[in-house]
Amino acid sequence: MSKQIITLNVNGERQEIAVEPRWTLLYTVREALRLTGSKEGCGTGDCGACSMIVDGRLVTSCLMLAAQADGTEVTTIEGLAPSPVAGADGRLHPVQQAFIDTGAVQCGFCIPGMIMAAKTLLDANPNPTLDDVRLGLAGNLCRCTGYTKIYEAVLSAADRMR
Amino acid sequence: MRPFEYFAPTSLQEAIDVLRQRGDGGRPLAGGTDLVVQMKEGVLRFPYPEYVVSLRRLPELKGMDFSEATGLRLGAGATFAEVAESPVVRERYPIIAEGASIVGSVQTMNMATVGGNLCNAAPSADIAPPLLACEATARIAGPSGQRTVPLDEFFVGPGETVLRPGELLVEVLVPPPPPRTGGAYRRHTPRKQMDIAVVGVAALVTLGPSTSSGQADGGAFQRVRLALGAVAPTPVRARNAEARLEGRPASDEAIAGAAAIAHDEAKPISDVRGSAAFRRHLVGVMTERLLKEAVARARR
Ligand SMILES: Cc1cc2nc3c(=O)[nH]c(=O)nc-3n(C[C@H](O)[C@H](O)[C@H](O)COP(=O)(O)OP(=O)(O)OC[C@H]3O[C@@H](n4cnc5c(N)ncnc54)[C@H](O)[C@@H]3O)c2cc1C
Ligand code: FES
Ligand code: FES
Repeated sequence: MSKQIITLNVNGERQEIAVEPRWTLLYTVREALRLTGSKEGCGTGDCGACSMIVDGRLVTSCLMLAAQADGTEVTTIEGLAPSPVAGADGRLHPVQQAFIDTGAVQCGFCIPGMIMAAKTLLDANPNPTLDDVRLGLAGNLCRCTGYTKIYEAVLSAADRMR
Repeated sequence: MRPFEYFAPTSLQEAIDVLRQRGDGGRPLAGGTDLVVQMKEGVLRFPYPEYVVSLRRLPELKGMDFSEATGLRLGAGATFAEVAESPVVRERYPIIAEGASIVGSVQTMNMATVGGNLCNAAPSADIAPPLLACEATARIAGPSGQRTVPLDEFFVGPGETVLRPGELLVEVLVPPPPPRTGGAYRRHTPRKQMDIAVVGVAALVTLGPSTSSGQADGGAFQRVRLALGAVAPTPVRARNAEARLEGRPASDEAIAGAAAIAHDEAKPISDVRGSAAFRRHLVGVMTERLLKEAVARARR
């Protein structure tokens, strides 16, 4: 199948990419751009591991065709802190740091999506209740933690960001 | 996913032209939260698309607007997040805001559109009962021009609508709510978010002036619209229950009587989400609750 060129602004960098129509945004970001922080859990919109922010909106990138994202601004987990270890100023995003400090991470597979969802929630609502956090993260599944520490981490991140 | 071709027209006319010129085998693509899942899983009610036509760039399908004279226009491409966040929808059509605000997760609501929900035509589609209760009409455009269909006649069966090949749903028009109108939508699901309705019930009532009937409880039912999700091959109105209430005082007894009728007129099936008997029971219980809620809102 012939490819077409799309333009994405990914984490502040303009990218021109040749994509097949059937490539999802998730596949394109992982395979063409080699940004492998975002994960594919289900591929059907149910688990949230592939969550990215597209033009300011949290989406499941496994259900968005790359071609549909043509011309958009995309933020992935890599965009929160430029290196996997720490940002340019040597610091992680407060949500990332809160997840570490709280011990909210076990296998880690769901965490990039959790953090993108948590950041989206806190940007819109800096003072969330526990129920707000549950609602904001309802589209993100974790098979390890039982969620308690994840919710704690998000509430702790809210404190840090105020 | 197997290969397919992709088109991204920038106007409604261009989209219709693509669908006409390329002919059978094409499929419109909105948020993709139904279509992309179905294409990935290979579970489709139509042949695997040879090409998809993205609707994202069609200005005619975007957004929503409201005027007191003509009511609400919901673009087919409006996302559920946009609908649920809209101050005018929340204020004037809480019944629609309630349908929109429970579709999947934050992520789903940011992608899923009103048009996709209606055109996918699941019996459980959450925006259908509220819009049926509001007596919305669907504006459709296609190769032979435009037409308008009452939403009540839009659904044909599971996954099937009156849309002919090459036609697109452009927008949904909702009349302005008369004074002393109240409405509400709820669904029953084991999980609050990220679940599909076992039963959905929408109730919209308009009450007469409270003085004329001399009723202590304030007025009679002038107009009642009840719509049910996931209890028939399509979302449906519960017309017998509606008829039972119109003209009667807005009392708890009248409401209980109508709920019993709705219980009897629902035609649910048994599946993984619930047995027919359980669904029928839920229709009775929920219709009673939703009517009371709608009446309370109409009196506010
Ligand atoms: C995780 C998850 C949770 C979900 N939760 C819910 C829920 O709680 N309640 C619920 O009701 N649904 C739910 N859904 C189903 C789905 O999100 C909705 O039905 C949604 O509204 C579909 O809209 P879309 O824009 O994504 O449609 P698409 O998938 O793009 O399209 C759906 C169908 O409609 C056709 N179509 C779309 N727009 C038009 C148009 N303007 N004219 C003609 N044809 C058109 C397409 O060809 C396709 O056949 C969920 C889905 C997922 C993945
Ligand atoms: S991989 Fe996208 S939601 Fe699970
Ligand atoms: S930490 Fe393993 S899935 Fe969440």
